[in-house]
Amino acid sequence: MYKWVIIGVLALALTGTAIWGMNERQEKNDIRMQAENNYQRSFHELTYRIDTLHDKIGATLAMNSRDSLSPQLAEIWRLSSEAHTDVGQLPLALMPFEKTEKFLTNIGDFTYKTAVRDLDKEPLSEEEMQRLEKLHDNAGQIKDELRNVQNTVLGNNLHWSDVEMALSDDEPDHSDNAIISSFETVENSSGGFNEEKDFNNGALPASNEEHKFEGVTGERINQKQAKTIAAKAFDLNSISGITGGKSGKGSDVPLYSLSYKKDGESGYADISQKGGHILTLMMQRDREDPKLGLHDAQQKAQDFLVKQKLTEMEMVQSSQYDSVGIFFFVPVQDDVRIYADIVQVKVALDNGDILGYNARDYFMNHHERDIAKPKLTEEQATEKLNQNVQVQETHLALIENDTHEETLVYEIMGTRNDETYRIYVNADTGQEEEIEKQTTTEARFLQST
Amino acid sequence: MEFKKFRLCKLFCAALLLLGLILSAPVQTSAFSEQVIQHGATGDDVVELQARLQYAGFYNKKIDGVFGWSTYWALRNFQYEFGMEIDGVAGKQAKDKLVSITNYDKAFVMRQIQEGNTFTYYGGTPQEQQVKKRGNGGNGGNEGSKANPSNTSAVNVPNGYSQNDIKLMANAVHGEARGEPYEGQVAVAAVILNRVEDPSFPNTISGVIFEPRAFTAVADGQIWLTPDETAEQAVIDAINGWDPSGGAIYYFNPNTATSPWIWGRPQIKTIGEHIFCM
Repeated sequence: MYKWVIIGVLALALTGTAIWGMNERQEKNDIRMQAENNYQRSFHELTYRIDTLHDKIGATLAMNSRDSLSPQLAEIWRLSSEAHTDVGQLPLALMPFEKTEKFLTNIGDFTYKTAVRDLDKEPLSEEEMQRLEKLHDNAGQIKDELRNVQNTVLGNNLHWSDVEMALSDDEPDHSDNAIISSFETVENSSGGFNEEKDFNNGALPASNEEHKFEGVTGERINQKQAKTIAAKAFDLNSISGITGGKSGKGSDVPLYSLSYKKDGESGYADISQKGGHILTLMMQRDREDPKLGLHDAQQKAQDFLVKQKLTEMEMVQSSQYDSVGIFFFVPVQDDVRIYADIVQVKVALDNGDILGYNARDYFMNHHERDIAKPKLTEEQATEKLNQNVQVQETHLALIENDTHEETLVYEIMGTRNDETYRIYVNADTGQEEEIEKQTTTEARFLQST
Repeated sequence: MEFKKFRLCKLFCAALLLLGLILSAPVQTSAFSEQVIQHGATGDDVVELQARLQYAGFYNKKIDGVFGWSTYWALRNFQYEFGMEIDGVAGKQAKDKLVSITNYDKAFVMRQIQEGNTFTYYGGTPQEQQVKKRGNGGNGGNEGSKANPSNTSAVNVPNGYSQNDIKLMANAVHGEARGEPYEGQVAVAAVILNRVEDPSFPNTISGVIFEPRAFTAVADGQIWLTPDETAEQAVIDAINGWDPSGGAIYYFNPNTATSPWIWGRPQIKTIGEHIFCM
């Protein structure tokens, strides 16, 4: 009797577990399928868009009338940006697919610049046509390879989730996965076409490293000297607690990276091996309520800069974040603000300690500059602005323009309907180089209950 | 004769001064602290500055306790009107002048901010007419939310970033690098920003964070842990320009990294458990 009851209960439990397991499995499969479909959509859209991109570039090359050239270029720009988004949604990270992405960025930058240009006044140059021709070839190669991959994927019913699995395996060799190996082929075939250094239309976004750390000068220092400099910056009496060492070969400037940690307090500093300049300084500790105003804190920051031998610096922005003040300083030469050499200082508002200092940009970009006199006067520059903008403040400044050249501009702070704008007007041509709306405050979101 | 005129004048001046003192006496009860208030400041002094500027008709935006551009222009106009040096910094002279010509009802203003009401503070208009209670029509999104725990109803954000962008990045940083030293967290935040700038990666913060397989914390859901304040501070430092990673676009933990490819990247430096590389 008991035996049968137990058997009955167990049978019931077994059926229940089986049903539960089936449901779980079904749900898991549904979710996997959903993820797989998302990957599939991105991939098929990518191939379609590259194909369209190739056709459109071809059509542009064959086009004669300038009226339709600009819309065509804008269309290519849009396609390249969408294709770039598609790539970003595929599980390819940590897989070398950079060259194709760089190609998409290059074509996007190139077509954007030419699309917004007035092609009646300044038509495509011979050089630009050649470049477009080359981009057309590249697009063609990528298109062919991607269509091949697509064919394999569709023909063999391949899954992107398998790619994900294969990539997360410990196996160093993924060549048995068809998708991965074909993508490697795509990448190899696109090798070599991003090495276009001579092209000067600013279409190479990664090339803004012109004056590399010219600001770092002086004698080479050893690790002990670096630690002594760090100890002083951390406000420590000895170098005993400081650890760290030299930077690796990937570093854009040889550094000593040093840190220390003791009872709730920590510090970190990057010090150049040449000259022993502090490039980065960060301190972290618990802070009490602010006792110091931003104005007093600014003075502390300025004193600190003088100690770092940075004089002639002007404070251009101050902001309070709870119990710290962050200040932006730029050097001023002949009344011109040099924005490329910006320096940040962070001050604790409870006791005025320096909590952070960042001079990477300063040492990366700083060099002797010959600043020419502006061709336009301040009045002439402000006349070129939108009539609805009320000019409040004007300074001369040196900024990097779209093509990464340093350009002398009038930096004009203006208001329009209660909004504040920072407008850079070229001091020689009167052209608006850049306009930024200033949104430095935001209403606090009240936490929902 | 000449002498008498002078004396009369002096008397008159003294009387005026006295009158001025009497008139301003009730106002003196709550006035600015010693702080010189400048652009970017937050807190009680800023609330008072905005309220007084609004009372005098120079400031017509929200009294939120954050010294932003609107407050800056209002203060400069005020300084211009009263013949002071126009520097947009509220020092002793500007504060004294404001205190002498305006009234400040601290209790009223603070109550409105803490209750999250929409209000103005113009002189010459009854206070009750200048308040619109929260929840009574208007922005319905705030309904059911707690009262404001702070004395300001706004915060500073790096130009162009919302508190939500910062929160999302803080989530990623916390998921990826909690337990790492502070500079390690700033470095991870900086890598996210470096990737946004890099041509080989998506062009938005969310695009970079949610790129499949880019971050393990996103893949295993650790990104949805509640970040601590440190992660948020690290993100703000990174957005403001600090980059202890030295311009890195990749990093990995050598104990758990499996891809041989990542070992081939030129390494910049090690911070905590992470190796940062180009």
